[in-house]
Amino acid sequence: MKRDEWKTLGWGAGLLVVAALLPLTGDGYLISLGVTIAMYTVLATSWALFSGPTHYISLATAAFFGVGTYVTGSGIEVLPYWLLLPIAAVVGGVLAALVGLATLRLSGVYFVIFTLGLAEMTRQAVTWYQNQTGHKGTYVLTDFTDNDIYWQLLGLAALVYLVGWAIGRSRLGFALRIIGDDEDVARHVGINTALSKVALFIVSGAVAAVVGAIIAPRYVYIEPSTAFTPMLSFQVVIMALLGGTGRLWGPLVGVIPFTLLWEAISSSFPNQTTLLLGLSFLAIVYLLPGGFVGLYDRLKGRAAKRSALA
Amino acid sequence: MDIVITGLILGGTYALIALGLNLQYGVSRIMNLANGEMLVIGAFTAFTLFTVAQVSPLLTIFIVAPVAYVLNWLIYRIMLRPLVNRAKNRGMLEQDAILTTFGLSFVMVGIMLWAFGGDYFSYSYLSRPVVIFGDNFGLNRVVAFLCAAILCAGLYLWLNVSRAGMAIRAVAVSPEHARLVGIDVPKLSARAFALGGAVTAVGGAVISTFLTLDASTGVMFTMKALIIVIMGGVGDVRGTILAALVLGVGETMVATLIDPGLTLAAAYALFILILLFRPQGFFGRKPT
Repeated sequence: MKRDEWKTLGWGAGLLVVAALLPLTGDGYLISLGVTIAMYTVLATSWALFSGPTHYISLATAAFFGVGTYVTGSGIEVLPYWLLLPIAAVVGGVLAALVGLATLRLSGVYFVIFTLGLAEMTRQAVTWYQNQTGHKGTYVLTDFTDNDIYWQLLGLAALVYLVGWAIGRSRLGFALRIIGDDEDVARHVGINTALSKVALFIVSGAVAAVVGAIIAPRYVYIEPSTAFTPMLSFQVVIMALLGGTGRLWGPLVGVIPFTLLWEAISSSFPNQTTLLLGLSFLAIVYLLPGGFVGLYDRLKGRAAKRSALA
Repeated sequence: MDIVITGLILGGTYALIALGLNLQYGVSRIMNLANGEMLVIGAFTAFTLFTVAQVSPLLTIFIVAPVAYVLNWLIYRIMLRPLVNRAKNRGMLEQDAILTTFGLSFVMVGIMLWAFGGDYFSYSYLSRPVVIFGDNFGLNRVVAFLCAAILCAGLYLWLNVSRAGMAIRAVAVSPEHARLVGIDVPKLSARAFALGGAVTAVGGAVISTFLTLDASTGVMFTMKALIIVIMGGVGDVRGTILAALVLGVGETMVATLIDPGLTLAAAYALFILILLFRPQGFFGRKPT
């Protein structure tokens, strides 16, 4: 590792420790906000791991997340909790693999459309299954507090950052960057483009499912309409793109302001959240292509040019 | 038999909506994810005019079509043209277009929720039964189907016979080469986008005579239309109509035989089969 990388690692570890101290404030609202931010950070970062380099927009987050909550929901009575998280990861990964194998050989549009409906389809299937078997929702009763959930999510976030960093250095990460630049070139230099994309999609699907599994105790009562909210997928996309997918830390920069804005709008104008989502999408495309990361890079580039001239 | 006819009737109206989307995607190369909202706007207009002034939905079409045409033309010129010019390749344009039209769809839903609230709306128009092959069907559904069939046939003929239709097909096949034979591609793209939007909005007015809708149902129709377009093949009118009928029948079958809550799952099952076995559409040729 180079010196720069040690420095980044040090910064990351420091920030993680500071973030982990949040529950010590004892402020319930702050901690609950922390859980939300931690949850979206993990979701958006893992989303960007796949969608950043490949430019495929995945809207399947809600599906993976929902599947994860249901793993906890249906397993909590029979299995120890710590076993449920890896199970959720495997289930999410398998689902991602199936979706990926069916769609990632094709162009981006097919993928978007497919993932757009995936959450809704799983919701319909789960609802149907529950109607058949006669029970409506599931209770998840644990003695976890918001603090426990928060620390688990932080741990997961650290893991996701490490995985993302490792992928960035690996052959797989290099291959994905080439695919993102030009898929034809990638194919010609001998990269198995479909396999690389599916591999990364599995990572992002598994992580989203684990997040769902961790969050489930917070909901206490799970039903299909809360577990598979399509809004979740869109929020994750916006946060990640707002921050910028060019860097590993990009999504985090988008998650914090957007979560605060979302909380503010949904508490004072609960009916206008849809409008907010729409306007954010438009703002990202027209005003902030590349997100905050892109803006930061442009400003830095301009400053560098100016100092070179002086 | 009952299922097949109900399915075909539903599929007929789907065909109209999907044709609108296919024009937009096949010719202007914009995957318009706000398509379903255009449909809901058409339906809202028909509903409002019917309840306020008792205007027949079949007449409303003549108001909805030009208004939707102008609206979509403006959307293309103001919002999408800059993206087309900015994009370095097709993939970039696709990503930008997806994000923009998503944003647009949410904005439209937001405005409609704000203006009309989230209630379901429906009205009773021609809800008398008619007998076909010994079974009862709602007259409104049959009329809607006939209406859709006439419009689809008209569009098909216009695209295949007229000079303007030929130009549009040329752009659909290859925008680069269409330019070489003197076709004004940017102008035609804007027109095709506007026309597609108008067709979808008319579909919405027609569908509102027998379906109950609310401000946020648009996305369901967008999804179905997208699945139909991909099944039928991008830019292929015959394929779109066939795919719409297949989807209509398949959905009705699942809804009546298994569970009405599984219609989307049925559409998806069809979609997966198509993606796995014929990703180029029913009549499409394999890309070389």
